[in-house]
Amino acid sequence: MIQYLFIGLILIGIYGLLTQKNLIKLVVALNVLEVGVNLFIISTGYVKDGVAPILFKGVPSTNGTFVDPLPQALVLTAIVIGVGVTALALTVVRKIYEKHGTLNLDEMGSESDD
Amino acid sequence: MMKRVIAALLILVLALFIYGNLYSTGEGKLFPKFGNVNLSERVSNKFINKNANGENGVVTYKETKDAESGSANMVTSIVVNYRSFDTLGEVTVLFVSALGVGLLLSGKSRMKFKTPPNFILKAGVRIIAGIILITGVYIFIHGHLTPGGGFPGGSMIASAVLLFYISDDEFRTKVKSFKFLEGTAGSLYLIFGLLGLTMGGYFLYNFLPTGVVGELFSAGIVPIIYIFVGLKVGSELSNLISDFLSEEGK
Repeated sequence: MIQYLFIGLILIGIYGLLTQKNLIKLVVALNVLEVGVNLFIISTGYVKDGVAPILFKGVPSTNGTFVDPLPQALVLTAIVIGVGVTALALTVVRKIYEKHGTLNLDEMGSESDD
Repeated sequence: MMKRVIAALLILVLALFIYGNLYSTGEGKLFPKFGNVNLSERVSNKFINKNANGENGVVTYKETKDAESGSANMVTSIVVNYRSFDTLGEVTVLFVSALGVGLLLSGKSRMKFKTPPNFILKAGVRIIAGIILITGVYIFIHGHLTPGGGFPGGSMIASAVLLFYISDDEFRTKVKSFKFLEGTAGSLYLIFGLLGLTMGGYFLYNFLPTGVVGELFSAGIVPIIYIFVGLKVGSELSNLISDFLSEEGK
């Protein structure tokens, strides 16, 4: 059931990317999409009543004790790359603002004539 | 307005498609129901029991000796041992994006805030920044035992640097030394990979003894590499912050 919530986040992100005109809002929509995808990937590894995949006292690594660690490791990679993408996107947005003086995609075209 | 309606319709179609196919059984089976995962038929089972190269049985905390990857945190043992090459690529992606930000925003002077930082912020940062730095270092040193690791620890160090930036109008990191630290940590990661190639025959092979699972000095090269990753990520993100808070002119 909770996985539908994460898919909802993905869909909200796609909707934002399709409709928004403000560049900052586009970056935010990209991040919402990313969070949705990450949460969904983690949820595919959830085992019922499983604990975090770290060995501790008195818990042997028998089948069914831990949740799947592999999606978590993949999402760790995805989060770091998401940070890099967001930083680069914000840099480009700042450069665009310095050149055009606006963040709105529609207002940008009329000013770039000169 | 028309665009929004079309976008909403598209999203609705996509939602119905996913809703219909997500848990479909039989031929096109995509995902098991939430929580009903059988780990014994997945590759992660080998990572949990640390027997990717052969049978090892059940791993027990503070008892199992010389396991294949002696890290108690299984996510770490995947990220820095089984899939370490993947992490090398990830660190490279972060480096490239930091390089791009540095190339695009290479201002000389420090950006001034419109309102100067107040007294409470200044005094609070002086108390809290040291604690944040030490916690960050602790997190990446204990990455193979507790939750966390190089990436969260490095981000915490960068957050301490960000606090210094917002609490002091004149603060500027010595960018050169951060660049040096970043380059050194990245090259040492590669050098350890090549050492593994010469000693064990595989790139990033875990050539040190892995010790007892759950002790601080265990897991071979895993904590060493995570310390490099932590230093690299910390200095890289600090550089990123300093690039964002710079401006042209003067």
